[in-house]
Formats: sequence, structure tokens, C-alpha cells
Amino acid sequence: MAAVVELRGIAKSYGRQTALEALDLSVGPGEVVGLLGPNGAGKTTAVKVVLGLVRPSSGEGRLFGRPLGDPEARRKVGYLPEMFRNPPWLTAREVMRYHAELLGLPAAQRGRVVDAALANADLTDRADDLVGRYSKGMQQRVGLAVALLGGPALVVLDEPATGLDPIGREELRGAIRGLRESGTSVLLNSHQLSEVEQVCDRVTILHQGHVLADGRLDELLRAGGIRVRVTGLEQPLPPPLDRFGPVERDADLFLFRGLDQRRVPELVATLVELGAQVHAVEPIQPTLEERFRQLLHVPPEGHA
Amino acid sequence: MIDLGATWVIARLTLREAMRRRMLLALFGLSGVAVLLTAWGYGQLQNVPGVSTGNVSIDQVQLVASQLLIGVTFMFSFILALFAVLAAAPAIAGARESGELQAIAARPVPRSSILLGKWLALALVVVGYAAASGIAELVVVALITGYVPVQPAEAILYVAAEGIVVLSLTFLLGTRLSAVTSGVVAMLLFGIAWLSGVVGGIGLAFGDQAMSWVAPLVSVMLPSDGLWRGAIYSLEPASVVLAGAGAGPQIAAFPFFADSPPAPAFIAWSVAWVVIVLLGAGIGFARNDL
Repeated sequence: MAAVVELRGIAKSYGRQTALEALDLSVGPGEVVGLLGPNGAGKTTAVKVVLGLVRPSSGEGRLFGRPLGDPEARRKVGYLPEMFRNPPWLTAREVMRYHAELLGLPAAQRGRVVDAALANADLTDRADDLVGRYSKGMQQRVGLAVALLGGPALVVLDEPATGLDPIGREELRGAIRGLRESGTSVLLNSHQLSEVEQVCDRVTILHQGHVLADGRLDELLRAGGIRVRVTGLEQPLPPPLDRFGPVERDADLFLFRGLDQRRVPELVATLVELGAQVHAVEPIQPTLEERFRQLLHVPPEGHA
Repeated sequence: MIDLGATWVIARLTLREAMRRRMLLALFGLSGVAVLLTAWGYGQLQNVPGVSTGNVSIDQVQLVASQLLIGVTFMFSFILALFAVLAAAPAIAGARESGELQAIAARPVPRSSILLGKWLALALVVVGYAAASGIAELVVVALITGYVPVQPAEAILYVAAEGIVVLSLTFLLGTRLSAVTSGVVAMLLFGIAWLSGVVGGIGLAFGDQAMSWVAPLVSVMLPSDGLWRGAIYSLEPASVVLAGAGAGPQIAAFPFFADSPPAPAFIAWSVAWVVIVLLGAGIGFARNDL
């Protein structure tokens, strides 16, 4: 099936400053893709390129098969900007109606669609209050409801968890999972790694405009080695263990970093041959945060 | 490429936003106060010693009233230009800075529709203010002094057109500059255009060819002052125009006198100027990174 978003070799510079360099990005139908990176990595620029808000310096891309910047391509897109401001003198219902009109929904459908969106966002009770009087979290909820208005085929969320409390964040995760279940594609730009880890199928990690890593979460988070608890092993380690790569030792724990899980039987057999007692074997499963730090060459928290 | 439906939606919201702004309320409120104060002033003209005894004729009173009317209209036109700048500067530049534009531009709406919708709404407010302030002032003058300019509707149209020119200029600047910078630059250019008209008049009065070319040259680049001179001409009594014609070239140095209406070619250029500036703004806005 054709990709919903397809970027190839996108670069963007602001004067001498490079925001993006040779970015390849694709989002398939029903796929939840996370854009990760530290501040200034180029995530928001990438999102804006997709939406036609920023013109790339070079490269090409398509949105629903149409060139980037084609207004018609955005008809099936919902967008929650990172920094947005709904007119504070409008009620939530009026904001939704305004966007429904911009979306080109037929007049006969607008009321129903707006009511449904307000209900989904749990805003029905306060739909006729001015959004200027809403809390930050409620304003974010209005923004999300606007993005989901009319059932878009692609939802672009730029730092959607900003301003949300833990309950709001859980609701957001639920909303994203619901979108995936309904076949809606999601491009999620976030620096909250736990959010991305919990809801994304695929992740692109950006750093200073470059793609550091791109792939499915399970690939990115594949075991980073094997941890073995062993007793009875002499010091220094016998040479037969050299073929399993570098080993870190912490008392009875031996960390074989980078060792493929498929070589575990061979490792255990070797240890037994050497007269050691193997008590436990487990893969080292990094979290997204650990992987992210590895890619950025940032030491783990608590380490100098 | 313009989506008329989206243009209308954006124009409606922009108009609604403009109408609820305190700036507009203050503009209309204080303009109402200004009309009342000028009404009192025109009334005082009737009490000038000599009017009751017949030493000062009604024609002379009306002559003074016409000059006061031009002065008051100048004030209103200045306020209108200031309003146009203050309303137009945040319309594009301010909305871009606040993030409001990103949410709209991510919809299936051509940017030209966003620009045109906002421009149409504010142009309507500019024309509305020019008409309301002009009609109120003209009615007051007519009721109190009996003076009715030969071309009152034209005068209002020229003032409105001057406001539209400044509004369009600020939109153009707003696609490239920040809200504050575009507002300041537009106001400066408006002032320079008016001053060039004065300089041009002085050049004509003293036979300095270089100076006399300043006004028409600047009017081509920014036609606000040429349009203002059309308003002056429309508000003058025929007797003033005749007297001016006989007064020699020195009368051109008087900044509140116009001896002829703007040429049709200038009016056509002014319309074309607005169209060109809006096209330029549209192209600039379409290329903006939001």
C-alpha cells in the first residue's frame, strides 16, 4: 500500500543554519511513527515540511501521493502544533466549527461532526465556554479535538503531551492507540521517550538535522547483549571466552555486550566446559531512553 | 489559486475579531467625541463677532468651515492610516509569531485565501470607518454651517482608498517582517509619502524642478498622498479652487490645498498598485516558512 507520507532527501537550511539534512521518512497507512530527538534536532521542521508549512531547501516528498504544499493533500490531515493558540474569545464549539468550515465539511454534517469531536474530547459540558478561560490541559484537549476533527487519515502531533498531567497523558496514549486501531496513521513528534516507546510502531531518531536511527521499535530495542550469572570461573578469564566479544564483570555477573542471542547455547556450553556453574542467563534489553543515549553518545544517568 | 469558501470563512472570523477589539471600540468612540467637539467648534463659528451684524458673510463662514473640515478630515485620515497599520501588522506577521497561522495553514486552504480573507475583512473595517467618520462630519458641518462640499462621496472614497493603500502596504511588509517592524515601517512610509507631497508643493511654489518631482514620483511608489489630495479637492468649495488658481504658483506650498482632482490615470494606477502589492504579498506569504 502506498505510503501516506514519503520524504526523500529533504534538507532545510535557515541561512547558514542547517535544520534538516537528507531526511528520509515514510509513514504507512495505519502506522504510528515517532520522531525523536533532543531540542533543535529538526523534529518540528520535519513535521512542518510534511504539512507544507516549511518549504524544503532540497529533496522531495509526497503526502497522500500529492506534492508537499498541495492544499488538497492536507484535506485528510489533522494537526496539533507544538505552539498553538486558538482565539481565546471563541468557545470550544466555535473553534471546532471554524476548523470544520476550513476543512470544507458540508454544512449539514458540521454540527454532528463537531458534537462528536467535543464528546470524544470530553468537552461537551464546557463546549460553550471561551477557550481563553480553559486550563492549559483543557486547551491542549481542544487542540487534539481539532486535530481529530472529521476523522483524518493522518494525524500529526507535535509534542502533544505538553501541559498534560499524568491522567491526560494516559488519555493521549489511549487516543493514539485508538487511532492506530481505526487505521489512522500518526506522526508523533516528541521528546518524551516513554510516550513514544509505549505507542509507536516505528521510530526515527534525529540529531542536528541528521537521522541517527530509523526502524521498528523492536529492532531498535533489540537485545544489547547477554547477562550471565556464573560462579566457579577462574581469573583471568580463560581464552575460549574471547570469541564472545568484550566482557564486563561485576562480581558474579558477566555482561557480554553485543552478543547475539542466538549464540547463548554456545556460550553456556563453553562456560560449562570451563567448569563454571551457570545460574542465570538473560538478554540485556535496553529501554528507548538507553538506546537514545547510546546513539547520542550521552552516558547513562548517574554516570559521569 | 483562491478558495472562495475558505476566504469567506477567514474574512468572517477576522471581521469578528476586529469588531471585538478594544482598539476599534476606542477608534469609533473617540472619533464620535471628535465629531461632537468639531460640532461645537462649527457652532462657535456662528458666534464670531460680525456674523450677526452681517460684517462676516455666510460665504466667509462656509469658507472657514470648509478649511476646518479639511483639517478634521486630515486628522481622521491619519487615524485611519494608523488603525490600518495596527490592524494589518498582526494579521499576518502577528498570527505567524503567535502560532495561530500554522493551525490554519495546515488545513486544505491555499495561503492566498488566508491573506485575502484577512485583507478583505480589514478593508471592510477601513471603508466602514472612513464612511462613518466622513458622513458624521459632513452631516455636522452641513447642519451647523450649511456648507456641503461639491463632491462629498468622492472625498470619503479618497480617504477610504488612502486607508486601503496603507493597509495593503502593511500586509506586504507583514509577510516578510515582524509585526512591530512592519507596522513601524508602514507608518514611516506613509509619513514620508505625505511629506513628499508637501515638499513637491514647495518645489512647485519656488520653481525648483527637482523638488517638484518628488511628489509625483513618491505618489507612484505609494499613492496615499495623491489620494489624500483628491480628498482635499473634493472637500474644497469652488471659490477656493478659483481663488487658488488666481493666486499664482505659491499656493502650491499650502499643504491643505489642491487645485485639481487626481488624474484618471493616477486613480487607475492606485487601483493597480493595490492589486500589485496584494499579489506581492500573496507570493511572499506563499513562500513564508511558518
